[in-house]
Amino acid sequence: MAAPRAEHELHTRRYSRNLGVALTLVCFVFIVFGLTYVKITNGGLNQGFDHVVRPELVPLEEGN
Amino acid sequence: MTDATQQIGSYENEAQFGDYVALLKPRVMSLVVFTAAVGVFVAPVYVHPFVAFVAILFIALGGGASGALNMWYDHDIDAVMKRTSRRPVPAGRVSKGEALTIGMWLSFIAVVMLGLASNWVAAGILAFTIFFYAVIYTIWLKRWTPQNIVIGGAAGAFPPMIGWAVATGGVSVESILMFVIIFMWTPPHFWALALFMNEDYSKAGVPMLTVTHGRRVTRKHILAYAALVAPLAIYAAFTSIGGWIYLVAALYLNAKFVYGAWQLWQRDETAAEADGYSAEKRYFRFSLTYLFASFGALLVQALWVQGFGMGAW
Repeated sequence: MAAPRAEHELHTRRYSRNLGVALTLVCFVFIVFGLTYVKITNGGLNQGFDHVVRPELVPLEEGN
Repeated sequence: MTDATQQIGSYENEAQFGDYVALLKPRVMSLVVFTAAVGVFVAPVYVHPFVAFVAILFIALGGGASGALNMWYDHDIDAVMKRTSRRPVPAGRVSKGEALTIGMWLSFIAVVMLGLASNWVAAGILAFTIFFYAVIYTIWLKRWTPQNIVIGGAAGAFPPMIGWAVATGGVSVESILMFVIIFMWTPPHFWALALFMNEDYSKAGVPMLTVTHGRRVTRKHILAYAALVAPLAIYAAFTSIGGWIYLVAALYLNAKFVYGAWQLWQRDETAAEADGYSAEKRYFRFSLTYLFASFGALLVQALWVQGFGMGAW
């Protein structure tokens, strides 16, 4: 059977393609992660009301 | 031939990752990346560097997606033209269906990600750009009118406008001017190419101006568009994105662009054929330099203003 050598070439070709897709997906994950991080850290105050009133979230006029 | 050899034969022409990258027209993407980046950085609004990077990446991906859709639809004429016959679809490495699927999915991903990264005005203009290039230009105009390049050129002119919208969330005189510069530059650029690649377009039956109206008329049109783009490009120097750096560059580049067009207009076909269309080839190459240098000057001007706190005017 001559299949093993031919399969080896086939696998090499598939390897480059699969590696490319894998790297693209990893990059995409990092992009979404990075974007989320930047949006959260540059978005100002991120606290919300959670049943308990937090003084730092009360507008200044009311708080003073 | 056994089943095994038949199977091996069919894999020989299998696409590699590079073929899928080629489907996105990376050379066109480089122009999109550059002009979109200029649009972002000359805008008077600060954009976080990572957001700017992601936005430019997805604008480029949107451009690439429309390139894939173009290759899907144009597979028949790409196979006929020497310049495009080795593209993945006509070469048989990527199927038509794959090109269509990749083009559609990447368009969707690019628009949604741009919207999430920046704003929906920018995403909307990107969606319209993809539609314009794939449907209006590729499917409708390219095979129908010799003005295909003129109207289709709008698709390539949108990236700086999208970049500007990423930063400002809107459209303004400055972004329209950047659009107009590329829009008016496209016809002379492609018609200069068509002057020495006429045979390719004739064979494919694409109604380029050189095929339908001849080279004489094409030369006149090149001069007309070069003369029209020059004052607009110089006028951009007197807007908020301009300044003396850009003005000096624009004066020099536009004078050379118009003078080159005038030289092409004066040439007859005998002279052009005698020297192997050397002036036309030179003008085509210069037209690329013209665009990169014009937008490069806008970028340098913006960096000068931001970096040294110098007012534009």
